[in-house]
Amino acid sequence: MVLKAFFPTCCVSADSGLLVGRWVPEQSSAVVLAVVHFPFIPVQVKELLAQVQQVSRVGVTVLGTWCHHRQEPQESLGHFLEGLGAIFSHEPWLQLCRERDSKSWTCKATRRQTPTAAGEDQVLLIFYDQRKVLLSQLHPPAALPDRQAGDATPSARGLAVVFDTVARSETLFRSDRFDEGPVRLSHWQSEGVEASILVELLTRASGPVCLLLSWLLSLLSAVGSCWSRLRRHRGEQVCFWNRLKAVDPSSSHVPPKVGTGLSGSRSERSVPQLPRRPVEKPVRHVAEELQHLLQWLMGAPAGLKMNRALDQVLGRFFLYHIHLWISYVHLTSPFIERILWHVGFSACLGLTVAMSVLSDIIALLTFHIYCFYVYGARCAVLRAGGPPGGLYCLKICGLSSLWRLFRGKKWNVLRQRVDSCSYDLDQLFIGTLLFTILVFLLPTTALYYLVFTLLRLLVVAVQGLIHLLVDVINSLPLYSLGLRLCRPYRLAGSLPRRPADPPLSFQMQPLPYSRVVRVYRLPSCGCHPQHSWGSLCRKLFSGELIYPWRQRADKQD
Amino acid sequence: MEDEQSFSDICGGRLALQRRYYSPSCREFCLSCPRLSLRSLTAVTCSVWLAAYGLFTLCENSMVLSAAIFITLVGLLGYLHFVKIDQETLLIIDSLGIQMTSSYASGKESTTFIEMSKVKDIVINEAIYMQKVIYYLCILLKDPVEPQGVSQVVPVFQSAKPRLDCLIEVYRSCQEILAHQKATATGP
Repeated sequence: MVLKAFFPTCCVSADSGLLVGRWVPEQSSAVVLAVVHFPFIPVQVKELLAQVQQVSRVGVTVLGTWCHHRQEPQESLGHFLEGLGAIFSHEPWLQLCRERDSKSWTCKATRRQTPTAAGEDQVLLIFYDQRKVLLSQLHPPAALPDRQAGDATPSARGLAVVFDTVARSETLFRSDRFDEGPVRLSHWQSEGVEASILVELLTRASGPVCLLLSWLLSLLSAVGSCWSRLRRHRGEQVCFWNRLKAVDPSSSHVPPKVGTGLSGSRSERSVPQLPRRPVEKPVRHVAEELQHLLQWLMGAPAGLKMNRALDQVLGRFFLYHIHLWISYVHLTSPFIERILWHVGFSACLGLTVAMSVLSDIIALLTFHIYCFYVYGARCAVLRAGGPPGGLYCLKICGLSSLWRLFRGKKWNVLRQRVDSCSYDLDQLFIGTLLFTILVFLLPTTALYYLVFTLLRLLVVAVQGLIHLLVDVINSLPLYSLGLRLCRPYRLAGSLPRRPADPPLSFQMQPLPYSRVVRVYRLPSCGCHPQHSWGSLCRKLFSGELIYPWRQRADKQD
Repeated sequence: MEDEQSFSDICGGRLALQRRYYSPSCREFCLSCPRLSLRSLTAVTCSVWLAAYGLFTLCENSMVLSAAIFITLVGLLGYLHFVKIDQETLLIIDSLGIQMTSSYASGKESTTFIEMSKVKDIVINEAIYMQKVIYYLCILLKDPVEPQGVSQVVPVFQSAKPRLDCLIEVYRSCQEILAHQKATATGP
């Protein structure tokens, strides 16, 4: 195989010396980490490498020699460097050489002890930016990186080896060629960058401060979210606490900031006095619209001819119900407004809390629509044999059994099937009469049922939308997106090379945003609808009630 | 070593294939697509503006005209930046991997790199595209779970869409490198 040598770009202008790094035999690649400069004592170099190996558990050895001719090439240096190969024995021994002009590079790899392989291997030189490789992580990760467990890490495949090696060899980068130590190394720390001390201090301090703030805010939002979630979903505390541990710092600290902004702006506008009837006006408006609708149904809606008596009865019943509802709201509106005013402050616990509260308020205020729907369609669990409730459902049940009678069949409860049966004449007579009556009254009831079901579905759709938004906000990985925005080299995607001239250079391409969201998405405790479209239509047609968010285990009826 | 040849794509447009051999183990193929023609640009702009002028005479609102100009500009910029690919490059390096670069008309470049350990083979496949049967070059990726299976098929030169003669040239060069890589991989 072609021998791949990964060379850091910061060492390109370094003086001659020894190449120190890691050799990966499975991929025939040598990752050069630093250059040791003359003069050095071989024993001290070996000690330093043994120390580094012990601490970082990376097999750091001397890989070869690096020769940078600043003046005319010196043969004595060349012989000296070859002699070093005898002291630090390594198979294969790399010899990289660079002339004064930057274009010509010589790379040789010699094997001495293995007679079967050719004397010299072909070397492919690849440059890499050491600082960026040190800080970043290649995606997709083979396994989640666990910094604590340093031993028994799964062997990284392919290019992840380079990232892994550089990241784990931090102890090697502690001493520099400008330090007064026994061994002088050149690596990414040697190329100094001009920076301000204040900026550096702030950068260092910002990490712990952010962690502290996020921990406090996550505590607050945990309290708020638990309260808003308990009303609907029971088993989700587990996944909520899991989310807190997933990414550090957790992303749930941003929604409180958004929510605080919301409640803050609200209080600025209405601090002097309470808002005038924020609740009563929309409720009254909705009730008036419902009354118009019922008046329309009681007439000839869309040109359909209704049964006048039944129509009037149903219409008057529902109108009276609305009248009761309006007076109830009018009586309790002062208390409700005060309660809502105070509940509004809970928006500082997070945007998701505010949205959940809004969803609950909508459910409360449209309670009468829910009642209408239930009156029209209420059907207890038929399998349990409970008494059937609502109008439409009663009708459908009656119609179906009378239709069977019409054909001379009967429902066998014991065998759960339709059996033939011989009826008496008077049974048949009464059955046929009732059947005819029910058939002709069906359009009226069906129309009322249809209208109220549509209203109910509208309310359910609005609530479902709010839930979806809450879910999206909760599962969005804000920390990873922010990291991708501010420090794109931390999350590396695929790696392109630039072969503009032969030495190739390794460049990191940051991960696209869509992949960041997909990889780091928090587990969303979302409520997936357990009805398919077919079963939904069937339930609507037969008059069974639809509970959109009831989990299967929770069914109580 | 550089080489340039001219081929045609499936619609009959002219393509230029540039081959560069950096070393026996590193080769690059660069396909240049036909540029945006002035004729089609003029035709689209004129039709959009005529339609906007027609709307303007109907509703007497000058906002329609400014909106048409704005839409044309934004549409052109978006087309150049996101849709129109000028050049597609395939770089194959023995024992490292395969890199595909697409450079757009606005200068944007998007790159994908596949490591050699994941590449199973490079093949030419047939496909039914609308009413035609076309050939395309694709890279087969290994399945980590099943050693004989193929986990993904990555098509190459998707927007240039060259014909079979061009594909055969690229295929032969790539197979030379892959064969060499397999021989050394199974060797000592």
